[in-house]
Amino acid sequence: MRKLFDFHGGIHPAEHKHLSLDGPVTEAGIPPELVLPLAQHIGAAAEPVVAVGDRVLKGQLLAEANGFVSVPLHAPSSGTVTAIEERLIAHPSGHTATCIVLATDGRDEWTTLEPTADYRALEPDALRQRIRNAGIAGMGGAGFPTAVKLSPRPGSQVQTLIINGTECEPYITADDVLMREQAAELMAGVQILRHLLQPAQTLIGVEDNKPEAIAALRAALPAAPGAEIVVFPTKYPSGGEKQLIEILTGKQVPSGGLPLDVGVICQNVGSVAAIHDAVIHGRPLISRITTVTGEAVQHPGNFRVLLGTPMSYLLARTGYRMEKNRRLIMGGPMMGFAVPDASVPIVKTTNCLLAPTEAELPTPPPAQACIRCGLCAQACPASLLPQQLFWFARGKEYDKLEQHNLFDCIECGACSWVCPSNIPLVQYYRASKAEVLQLRRDNERAEHARLRFEARQERLAREEAEKLAKRAARKQAAEMRARATVQGSEPVEDPIQAAIDRAKAKKAAQQAGADNPAGELEKLEKAVVTTRARLDTATSKLEQARAEGSDLVEALQAGVEKTRTKLAAAEAALQNFQQANTSVPAAAAAVDPAEAAIQKALQSRQAEAQLSPEDKTRDQLGKLEQRLEKSRARLADSRDSGEDPKIIDALEATVTRLEEKRAALLAELPAPEDA
Amino acid sequence: MGLLRITSPHAHGPLSTSRVMQYVLLATVPGVIALTHFFGFGTLINIAWACVVALGCESLALVLRRRPLGFYLKDCSALVTATLLAIAMPPYSPWWLIAVGIACAILLAKHLYGGLGYNPFNPAMAGYVILLISFPVQMTSWSGPRGLSEVPGLLEALQACFHPGAFDGVTMATPLDIMRQNDSLLMEDLWARTPQLGRWAGLGWEWVNLAFLAGGAWLLYQRVFTWHAPLAMLASLSLMAALFYDGGSSASGGSPLFHLLSGATMFGAFFIVTDPVTSAVSVRGRLIYGAMIGALVYTIRVRGNYPDAVAFAVLIMNLAAPLIDNYTQPRTYGHHRSGGEQ
Repeated sequence: MRKLFDFHGGIHPAEHKHLSLDGPVTEAGIPPELVLPLAQHIGAAAEPVVAVGDRVLKGQLLAEANGFVSVPLHAPSSGTVTAIEERLIAHPSGHTATCIVLATDGRDEWTTLEPTADYRALEPDALRQRIRNAGIAGMGGAGFPTAVKLSPRPGSQVQTLIINGTECEPYITADDVLMREQAAELMAGVQILRHLLQPAQTLIGVEDNKPEAIAALRAALPAAPGAEIVVFPTKYPSGGEKQLIEILTGKQVPSGGLPLDVGVICQNVGSVAAIHDAVIHGRPLISRITTVTGEAVQHPGNFRVLLGTPMSYLLARTGYRMEKNRRLIMGGPMMGFAVPDASVPIVKTTNCLLAPTEAELPTPPPAQACIRCGLCAQACPASLLPQQLFWFARGKEYDKLEQHNLFDCIECGACSWVCPSNIPLVQYYRASKAEVLQLRRDNERAEHARLRFEARQERLAREEAEKLAKRAARKQAAEMRARATVQGSEPVEDPIQAAIDRAKAKKAAQQAGADNPAGELEKLEKAVVTTRARLDTATSKLEQARAEGSDLVEALQAGVEKTRTKLAAAEAALQNFQQANTSVPAAAAAVDPAEAAIQKALQSRQAEAQLSPEDKTRDQLGKLEQRLEKSRARLADSRDSGEDPKIIDALEATVTRLEEKRAALLAELPAPEDA
Repeated sequence: MGLLRITSPHAHGPLSTSRVMQYVLLATVPGVIALTHFFGFGTLINIAWACVVALGCESLALVLRRRPLGFYLKDCSALVTATLLAIAMPPYSPWWLIAVGIACAILLAKHLYGGLGYNPFNPAMAGYVILLISFPVQMTSWSGPRGLSEVPGLLEALQACFHPGAFDGVTMATPLDIMRQNDSLLMEDLWARTPQLGRWAGLGWEWVNLAFLAGGAWLLYQRVFTWHAPLAMLASLSLMAALFYDGGSSASGGSPLFHLLSGATMFGAFFIVTDPVTSAVSVRGRLIYGAMIGALVYTIRVRGNYPDAVAFAVLIMNLAAPLIDNYTQPRTYGHHRSGGEQ
C-alpha cells in the first residue's frame, strides 16, 4: 500500500454525484449551428484559416495556434462557415468573443485523418506536435494547452506523472464515466505519456467515491505496466493539482512555481483520453463528455457533446425546466461560474452544466459580520488565513494582503462554503487580486516613466557638459595659439598660469603703450579698420534688407549711420594722433620686437572680443531657437499621445527655461539701432 | 427573469452564525443547572433579566446606527453576551447592577467599536470588569452553596433582584478567597478546617466547573471552536499551579485540580477564551493566547486582590491578540517555514 499524505483543510460538501450516474454516456447529437470561440484555452486565441462560406469537413482545421501558448481549433462536424463574428461566450463577465459559426449539414463527413501505426517510432517533439495540432487543452476545467504542459524545460527530469481522476467537485461525473467506459483508451494514453516523458513513476489518482471507475481502471491496468492506481479518501479539493500532488507525493509545489519544480507533471483523465485519440487515430479534439445535472433537469446524465453546441440545445435534450432554474452554472457548484445566457456554447473546458433549483442551491442570504470563528482557516487547503485576508481586502491593505499570500489562494471556495456568516470570501479575494495586479501594473508604468525621464535628464546634462568642455577646449586652444605667437614656446597647460600670463602681458602692453606712441598709433589704426569693416557689413546687410523689402531697413539704416559717425570719429582720432606724433623719432625701431608682437596679439584678441559678443549672441540665439522649436514639438507630441504627466511637466519646464534664456539673450543683444 | 449571475462557490455549508450562537447558548445549560442547584434561582433570574436588557440595548444601538433590527437581532450575539455576563455575576445581584453591566457590555464594548465582529474586547468580560471596579461590594457577594447555607427560593430570588433593599442573603467567602487569604495552614489542615472546601476544590464549585466542562466538550464535538485555546489555557494554569504547589505548604497557591475546578476556570476556558472575535486566529496563535491567559489567571488569582482572574486575564490577552496574530501566520502551501516574511 502506497503511503498517502494529507493536505491541510478541505471540506466534505454533499456530493450529488448519483444524479447523473444512471446511464451510459449518450451522444448529444448534431445541433444545426455550432458556435466555436477562438479562445477555449488559456493563451492566445487561435487564428482562423477558413473564410465565411467555406465548406468544411469534420475534423478539418478551422483556426491555427497563434503562438506557443495557444492551440488550434477544428470543425466538430461537416458544414459551412456562416460567420466569424462576436458571440456571447461562457465567461463569468458575460463577455462576447470572436467565434467561428458553423451551419452543420447533418452528413458528419470526416476529413482524412492521419493515424499513427507506432507512436514509439516518433520523436518526442513530433509526438508533442501531434498533441498540439489536435487542439488539446486541459480538460479538467483550466484549459491550459496540453502540449505546453508536456514540454518540460530542458534538463528538468519528470519524476512522477500524475493522472488526475479525482473529480472532487460535487455533481460532476464526466471523468468518472470516462474512466468507466474508456479505461482502455485511457491506459493507452498513459502509455503514450510515459513514452513521451519517461517518468520514474506513474500514479493514477482517484477518490474512493468512484468504485466502478476504480474497478474499470484496475481491469485495464495491465495495458499500462508501470502505472499505479492510487485510491485516496474523498475530500474537496483533492482534485486541485497542488493538493493532488501533495496527497500522492507529500511534496508541495513552491509558491509561484510549477509542478515540474518538484518533478511532477499532472494530466486530467479527459486530456489523456484526448491524447490517445489524437496520437493513435489522428483525431483532433472536437467533442467532450459533459455532465448535465441538477434538479432543474429531468434526465440528468453524461453526454458526448460536439464543441460549440449551444447549452440550450443540450439542455433541451435533458428535460430542462427553465422555470425552476435561477442560475445555470458551467462547472461544479464550488468553482463553476454562472453563465449569462443558455445560448452560450459548450467549449473544451465545459465538464459540467449544472441547473439547480432554488431549493437545491439557494440564492445566498446577505452576509453577516465576520466573527473570526476561523472555520475558513481550518478549511483552507492553502493554509491561508481567510478571515485576515477578508479584513485586509475590505480595508484595501494591499501590502498586508500580499504579506498574507493572497496570491496562493486557489479560489476553491472552501472558505466561503464553511463561512457561517455567508460572506462571499472568494469574491473578495478575486477582486483584491485584480486590484493588486492593477496596482502593480500602474507602479511598473510609473517606474518606467521615471526611468525614461531620468535618462533624458541625464542625456541633457551630458550634452551640456560636453558643450562646456568643447568650449573650454576651444578657449584653451585659442590661448595657446596666442601664447605660441608670443613666445613660440611649448603650449601652457595650466589655465590659471595662462590667465596670470595674460594679465602680465596686458600690463606690459599698457606700459608699453603709455610710453610708446607706436602702440597707441597702431591701436587707433586698428580701430579705424574694424569700424570700417563693421560699416561694410552693416551696409551690405542694409542693402540685402532693402532688396528683400524687410521691415528692418530703417533700423539698419540708422545703424549704418551710427557706424559711419563712429568711423569718422576714429579716423579723426587717428589723424590727430599722427599729427601730434610726427615729431617723435622713429621710436618704433627702438621697440622690442617681442613687445610689439604681444601688442599685436593683444590687439587682435581685443578686436575679436569687441567684435564677437554680438555675433556670438546671435549665433547662440539661433541655436537656442532651434532647440526651443524642437522642445515645443516634443511637448505637443507628448500631449497628443497622452504621455505620463511627469514627462509633460518636465517638457514644459524645458520650454519655459529655453524661452527665458532666449529673452535674456535678446536683452543682451544691442538694440537694432545700435547695431 | 434572467439567469442569476453570482460567482462561485454556489454551494454553502450548513453552519450559520446564528446557529453557532445558539449552540453556545445551549452549551451553557449544564453549567447553569449546576449553578442553580448549588446557589438557587439567582443565576436564572440574572440570565432572564440580562437577556431582556441586552435585547433592549442591542435594539437601541441598531436603531441609532440605522441598521436593520431583525437581521442583526437574529444573530443572537446579544443573547450570548447577556447570558455569559449573567452567569459570571453573583446570583441575587440587584436589577440595576445587571442592567449597568449589560449596557456597558453591549453599548460600550460592542457597538461603540462597530458591532459584532469588530469589538477588540470580549463584551461580557468588559462589562464584568467595569462592574467589578465600580461596584466591588455587590460584585464580590457570593452566597454560600447548598449544604452550607440556606438557598433562597424563587420568590426570594426575584425579590433579591427587583427589590434588593428587602433582601437579606447570606454571603460567604468563595474558595478562591479562602485560598488566597490562607497564610498559616497546610493544605491538609485548610481542607480539614474549612467547610467551604469540598473534595477537590470549593463545595459546589467543583460540580459547576465540571458541568461547564461538559458543555464545552459538546461544543468542541460540534466543532464550534477548536481545542487549541481552551486546552492551552487549562494546561498552562495546571502547570503554574503545579510549579507553585510547594508540596501543600501554607504558602501553596493550591493544587492544579483545585485551580481547574475553582471559580470561572472551565466557564472561562470554554465560553470566554473561545470567543472567536477577540482571540487570536491561527492555530499557533490560539495556543499562545490560551496559554498566556492560563498563566495570567493563576498569577492574578494568587497575587491579586479580586475574587477571580479570568476576566482580567482575558481582557489583557484581548489586547495582545492582534500582535500574536502578526507573528503566528501559518506557513502557506508552497512556502518555506519563514511564512509570510519570505
